[in-house]
Amino acid sequence: MPPKNSVVLDARAVDRALKRMADEIVELHNGTDDLIIVGIQRRGVQLAARIADAIREREKVDVPRGALDITLYRDDLQTVGPRPVVGPTDLPWNLEGRHVVIIDDVLYTGRTVRAALDELADFGRPARIALAVLVDRGGRELPIHADIVGKKIEVASTDRVDVLVEELDGKDAVVVVPRDEGA
Amino acid sequence: MTKTLGKDLLGLEPLSTEQIRLILDTAEPFKEVSERQIKKVPALRGMTIVNLFFEASTRTRISFEFAEKRLSADTVNVGSSGSSVQKGETLVDTARNLEAMRINMVVIRHSASGAAHFLADRIQSNVINAGDGTHEHPTQGLLDLLTLRDHFGTLERRRVCIVGDVLHSRVARSNIWGLTKMGAEVAVCGPRSLLPKDIAEFGVIVFKRIEEAIEWAEALNILRLQLERMQGGYIPSLREYNRVFGVTRERLDRAGRPVLIMHPGPMNRGVEIDSDVADGEHSVILDQVTNGVAVRMAVLYLLAGGRPELADAAKGASER
Repeated sequence: MPPKNSVVLDARAVDRALKRMADEIVELHNGTDDLIIVGIQRRGVQLAARIADAIREREKVDVPRGALDITLYRDDLQTVGPRPVVGPTDLPWNLEGRHVVIIDDVLYTGRTVRAALDELADFGRPARIALAVLVDRGGRELPIHADIVGKKIEVASTDRVDVLVEELDGKDAVVVVPRDEGA
Repeated sequence: MTKTLGKDLLGLEPLSTEQIRLILDTAEPFKEVSERQIKKVPALRGMTIVNLFFEASTRTRISFEFAEKRLSADTVNVGSSGSSVQKGETLVDTARNLEAMRINMVVIRHSASGAAHFLADRIQSNVINAGDGTHEHPTQGLLDLLTLRDHFGTLERRRVCIVGDVLHSRVARSNIWGLTKMGAEVAVCGPRSLLPKDIAEFGVIVFKRIEEAIEWAEALNILRLQLERMQGGYIPSLREYNRVFGVTRERLDRAGRPVLIMHPGPMNRGVEIDSDVADGEHSVILDQVTNGVAVRMAVLYLLAGGRPELADAAKGASER
């Protein structure tokens, strides 16, 4: 029998975490001036939309949003092979002097964030870049940390942490999936 | 069925529908890279690519070069004139010497059909066929498919007619393979002397008159009439060809509905295509050129992985 998945955050807990993250983003930047929220494809994009909604509700401001696909900035093409490029990079804003907040679903090795920083640098020179993640599961391989974390968890390195979002997966949740011994 | 490309891209005939779709889908996000202010991503950093063009080419060579550079690869261009090829070095010796300098990929254009295959069997680098004789020109076929798909949303059951010198055209062959695999209905139209004798075996409709082709088609892919065909005795004169097979505004107007106009270039205005058709509102000829860079970036990216068998496994990985 395969090991059981365990739910770390259910839909309501995800909602609470995102709202708190939205508040912390505004607090960290002393307001919403010059703020741009950039989600990493894929699920970071949906989370970024939720956070922008929460900021709008609270602050009555529409914070500009963008999307980043970092596939072409990965460092493992030669070793792992080509990955599907999942979604477009959409950054129609001048980043010069702006305060960019990168939103991702899970922070693990830090390699995705490293790639995202490289890609952002090709789009301009923000005054500041911050990182907000829904889940920090530890296991960093690079000197990268998140400024804002929805939930910190400890899992075995063989486990997978899946963030589900309603838009793509039919429901909101954070699930730990133990590696199937047989797989 | 395999969803990766393997070592080489030699033609569309050996590819599966899934592989063609993978390339087209991968090309989609690459379009955006060329719209950026800094038109460069580091995906192929450190890879060395040799563009081996033994036959004149402007568009294809430049398109490949842009694609390579926008992926951060290092490139070298080798032509036949001014190189040791002129001194009689064979294709394989040229390639082996390049490989001895530790290159990763060869893009080859050659006047002999099968040249890319020949090379691919003998060197370890990835080989991309940029046109071999009258055999195939796969990246042109792919960019045509992408342009059609952009316009129609799907290729399935779309009616595409290839017009002109099908006999000598590698573009036509790649188009026929690609379009039929993607579920389009394909026709050809041209003088009998310029259609392959075995054209029926390709599973395409044959129109003898351009008027019938226009009546039927949703898109025309108009091939370049190579001017040397006149000397070869295939057609009586360019004027005669234009009178019988030229795609003109009058002929298109008679269809009473828009017909998409494509041409792989370079155009002979006033021969196979009239100027006001080439520049008309239904022409996507320049979109084809734009898509060419994206499609070639996609092919380079997919082949560059080196270990494509791992790509599918990586999809499920949770690395972050």
